[in-house]
Amino acid sequence: MENLLIIILVLMIIAALVSIHAKDLISAIIAQGFVGYGLVICFLLLKAPELALVQIVLETVTLIIILAVVCDSTMKEIGEPISKRDIFTYTLSFVLVAIFLFYFNKAIVGLNPFGEHTLRMSEMYVKEVLEFTGSANLVKGVLWDFRGLDTLGEATVLFTAAMGVLVILRISGKKQQLTKK
Amino acid sequence: MSVIVKKIAQLISALIFVFGMYSAIHGHIAPGGGFAGGVLLSGAFILLIIAYGLDYFKLKQQTEATSIFESVSILIALLLAFSGLFAGSLYFFNNYLPPGTPGSLLSGGLIPVYNILIGIKVAATLSTIFFALIIYKEEIRR
Repeated sequence: MENLLIIILVLMIIAALVSIHAKDLISAIIAQGFVGYGLVICFLLLKAPELALVQIVLETVTLIIILAVVCDSTMKEIGEPISKRDIFTYTLSFVLVAIFLFYFNKAIVGLNPFGEHTLRMSEMYVKEVLEFTGSANLVKGVLWDFRGLDTLGEATVLFTAAMGVLVILRISGKKQQLTKK
Repeated sequence: MSVIVKKIAQLISALIFVFGMYSAIHGHIAPGGGFAGGVLLSGAFILLIIAYGLDYFKLKQQTEATSIFESVSILIALLLAFSGLFAGSLYFFNNYLPPGTPGSLLSGGLIPVYNILIGIKVAATLSTIFFALIIYKEEIRR
């Protein structure tokens, strides 16, 4: 299992280097996607499926958005005929996809069956929250006592979202007013 | 909007407001909590604004008020969390008030206070975002 993790991590580092030194933007984005999905496999191997789900959603959405932006702004090389040099890149990509699927299979087989926890801490949460905090709603007891910093982070995310909306919308509205005058 | 929509929004939004307050205050003994209560509270205001239309200049003042509420409530929550460092053991979010009897309203130490504060914060944040969107639309139209 550690060997699998080391191989995946080395591949991720190589992909990150490739994404820095790539000539065109699209290959850089694809290499970045490799880094993200490698992280998904790492999470699955370490038995954290919910983190892996979050990472999959985040990676897919950001990849699609960045690709759409790049295709909209600087896209020239679509439609070129396949030359002999491209055969090497196609075979390499197929080999990488095969490695990826192999590791996904390994990771998913190694997961716990449904209902069994990896951490002993979760059982302690259920048993002793009432005693420690006195809150009958166990979820709130965990959220505001044991995991207060997590909840503070959630509140900060909301705060940042409101700030972003205010900054973007207010400034553009003011600019349009100025140009009309 | 027509009279029916206005009247029903008036009646319903009061109920939604009360339920949001209940959900935020009773967060530690019943399902719900600060986040859900805050969303309900902002929903009451948003329903009223949608039904009655907006008064542009009044709304601009309200945006400032909601952003002040948002910042102040999260600041008080942070200060409460910091005050745990000086009471008893040294860690953040220390629940130093006595737990009380589980199931009664005054139980759970600091948890109900945090719930109410985060309810105010979420309500203020969501209404700020809504007001900002409406004001942006109005400004473009002029």
